[in-house]
Amino acid sequence: MSIVSLQGVVALLGRFPALAGVDLEVGESEVVLVQGPNGAGKSTLLRVCAGLLRIESGRAEVLGHDLVTDRAAVRRSVGLLGHDTALYDDLTVEENLRFWARASRVEDDAVPAALDRLGVAERLRDVAVRNLSAGQRRRTALAAVVVRRPRLWLLDEPHSGLDQGGRDLVDQVILDAASAGATVMLASHELDRTLDLATRHLTVAGGTITSDERGSRNPGGHDAA
Amino acid sequence: MLRDAWLVATKDLQIEWRSRVTFSQVVPFAGLVLVLFGFALDANRPVLLQATSGLFWVTVMFVSTLAVQRSTSIETTDGARRALLLAGIEPAAVFVGKSIAVAVQLFVVEIVLLAGVVVLYSADVEAWGLVFSTCLVATVGIAAAGTLLGALVAGVRARETVLPILLLPVLAPVLIGATRAFDDALGSVAVDGWSWLGLLAGFGVINVVLGALSYGVLLEET
Repeated sequence: MSIVSLQGVVALLGRFPALAGVDLEVGESEVVLVQGPNGAGKSTLLRVCAGLLRIESGRAEVLGHDLVTDRAAVRRSVGLLGHDTALYDDLTVEENLRFWARASRVEDDAVPAALDRLGVAERLRDVAVRNLSAGQRRRTALAAVVVRRPRLWLLDEPHSGLDQGGRDLVDQVILDAASAGATVMLASHELDRTLDLATRHLTVAGGTITSDERGSRNPGGHDAA
Repeated sequence: MLRDAWLVATKDLQIEWRSRVTFSQVVPFAGLVLVLFGFALDANRPVLLQATSGLFWVTVMFVSTLAVQRSTSIETTDGARRALLLAGIEPAAVFVGKSIAVAVQLFVVEIVLLAGVVVLYSADVEAWGLVFSTCLVATVGIAAAGTLLGALVAGVRARETVLPILLLPVLAPVLIGATRAFDDALGSVAVDGWSWLGLLAGFGVINVVLGALSYGVLLEET
């Protein structure tokens, strides 16, 4: 089954064509690395796949839902970690995650498990988010994605601001999600790290996909070699 | 939808309670405006008493711009608006929830202001029922219109200055209706305050319906 299916997709940021005719098919359990220079359209591609940015032309389906007529269904099924963390500064780590869990119709029980998964220390869970370090904030934001258990993970620079331990945890979360059947698309400049995770490796430049290569892993978790 | 609206409202109120912006900044600001009006008109006591209703509601209008700005910034500061869309909460529920939170804060400020006009201006309230009904109904309209316009200007770069320019004219019917209803309740002018309450209720209904229907479009990214 195709999880993401884009045909000739054009998306504008203002009047600027941030995506200028993208064709892409992504299947189940794939980990797709999207790389390219700044302003190439990586984040825009992820936002389009999340149903956040309207497409101007072309055809697009995500998880079987049309991106023009059924964006609400797409949004409910994906998890996006963007440049922003979407956390409320005056709420504690746990309060933030409980809010997003309830908003996404997920049981509160999933919250401690997600925080454990991302290595957010117990002592930090009652701390207001405004007092967290950038790395802890990033971990908490990713925990909010984990809580949702999405079928399509869209991660924009997920390693940004994290220490070595945090980066390793993010890698493991990505691999676990893929082996559980979810599809992951991640935009990153950290090729040394992310090339080993990816089953596919896209290069984006000028709003189009300029190369689409097989990665070092096969969908399902085995090394391609 | 009600469940989601309640979720958003309690979240906003919890943030407000933690940040103490209403108590530490908005209430003192409202009190200060009331005192300054008092200084300006105290030399002519009858004029001050006659203008009490208007001064009360002009102060509420100023305060409402602060409350709405604060409510809007909660969602725009770190991309939470986008996350609300992804969570699958109905936009109408977000609108109702945020309006409830703004209304609760404004109502608290109005209670404090009411005490202020009684103490500072020696206002004599003749009809407490009309006073509280006016506060309640007017606040619903102000909160709904404010939340709607707050979302409209959320993506505008200079939203802090744009919001009052848009909001205050829209709230003019509330200013007129609530002032007339208060005139009756304070006995300063012989009018039928309850009929002005009808105007306020109409304004509130229109803005709640308009907001619930259009908030989704305003939340969307372009």
